[in-house]
Amino acid sequence: MEQDVNIKIIDRNGVAHAILAPTDMAMNLMEVVRSYELAPEGTIGICGGMAMCASCQCYVLSDTKLPDMQDDEEAMLSEAFYVKENSRLGCQIQITPEMEGLEVELAPES
Amino acid sequence: MIKTDILIIGAGPTGLFAVFEAGLLKLKCHLIDALPQAGGQCSEIYPKKPIYDIPGFPEILADDLTKNLLEQCKQFEPGFTLGERAETIEKQEDGSFIVTTNKGTKHQAPIVAIAGGLGSFEPRKPLINNIESFEDKGVEYFIKDPEKYRNKRVVISGGGDSALDWSIFLSDIASEVTLIHRRNEFRGALDSVDKVQELKNSGKINLITPAEVIGIVGEHHVKAVVVSQAEHIEKEYEVECDHFIPLFGLSPKLGPIANWGLEIEKNAIKVNNALDYQTNIPGIFAIGDVNTYPGKLKLILCGFHEATLMCQAAYQILNPGKKYVLKYTTVSGIDGFDGSRKEAPKAVVKAIN
Repeated sequence: MEQDVNIKIIDRNGVAHAILAPTDMAMNLMEVVRSYELAPEGTIGICGGMAMCASCQCYVLSDTKLPDMQDDEEAMLSEAFYVKENSRLGCQIQITPEMEGLEVELAPES
Repeated sequence: MIKTDILIIGAGPTGLFAVFEAGLLKLKCHLIDALPQAGGQCSEIYPKKPIYDIPGFPEILADDLTKNLLEQCKQFEPGFTLGERAETIEKQEDGSFIVTTNKGTKHQAPIVAIAGGLGSFEPRKPLINNIESFEDKGVEYFIKDPEKYRNKRVVISGGGDSALDWSIFLSDIASEVTLIHRRNEFRGALDSVDKVQELKNSGKINLITPAEVIGIVGEHHVKAVVVSQAEHIEKEYEVECDHFIPLFGLSPKLGPIANWGLEIEKNAIKVNNALDYQTNIPGIFAIGDVNTYPGKLKLILCGFHEATLMCQAAYQILNPGKKYVLKYTTVSGIDGFDGSRKEAPKAVVKAIN
């Protein structure tokens, strides 16, 4: 299926998952993680994707060109824990064809 | 002992609407919530955000939805135990349940409806290794009684509304308020940011940014916090204080409910959705985001439906064998427990000559 992209997600237990994510469903990375149940329900996407809880924080491992951070994402990350240079909120990363080859690791639950 | 007909755990939209539906059936409700105010996620996480899928409301702010639900159920006089977390449940010989909170408040009811959303909100604690040993010894994650800080030196950390609002509020009470945030920018409402700027300029708030509290100093009580500041060159120093209040928001945890013997799947309570949203324990229901069943959707509007059916089932349990027909509020009006009555105006019959 040409509208799917290959992404790699390392879960909170360090297990890597090769995932096919659809680009035509207006999904974001947090929702992909939930749809594949790579993190227990209730531990990710708590605010539903409003960049208001940081439960979908992940570390971007590939050099994929990502959309720029908006103010609310930057502000939320400035209050989150376990934040690194490559931290992003999964809910703010839309799955588009440009995400082919994306590799991320889920940040610890906090 | 607080006694009621239906004890609702969780005062979010689903729990509040259950009060209304129960009231129509003349059943009285009492709600327990770990948060100090009603509204659940709507008031805690996104009060100022719009919701577009509440039937009949093309757009409504989460905060306004909470206010409306409180107004809608007000004549049924719900009781509230706020700021306390439901901890244990014990089934009594007469079939009723006693639910005790973490503060020891006891509630008894024949029916328990868990409307707990994603769980009770617990403070997100900063990653400081000795922080737990200072809890209630100068470290507080909530401000319950601002008077406690009168003439004390207070350090607040965080960058959202609560950090800003409490810094402003305490600047009049505490002898010294220091606000520490990892960035120069704050996320709060613009007028709060402006107000903090004003208080900083007039010397009533010490602002330390971009910086982080990385340690706590003290023996039996907080004496100072260790601050790491990263402007120009990185430096570490102590800020003396009597209280350290980290305000980094709250995150929901299913918590003690998970140990009540209920069937749990994916951090949610399994219920019978073909019938009445009852759990595996008769008399205990689960409604709203906290439950799960095939096809479950975590939507406020689904919680409303579940609350309505739950109340009907509760009525049947409390009034076994009693004949019952559904009444429309437009037809029968609403009789409040406070003696109020709402009803549709009578049609005017008048001849035209």
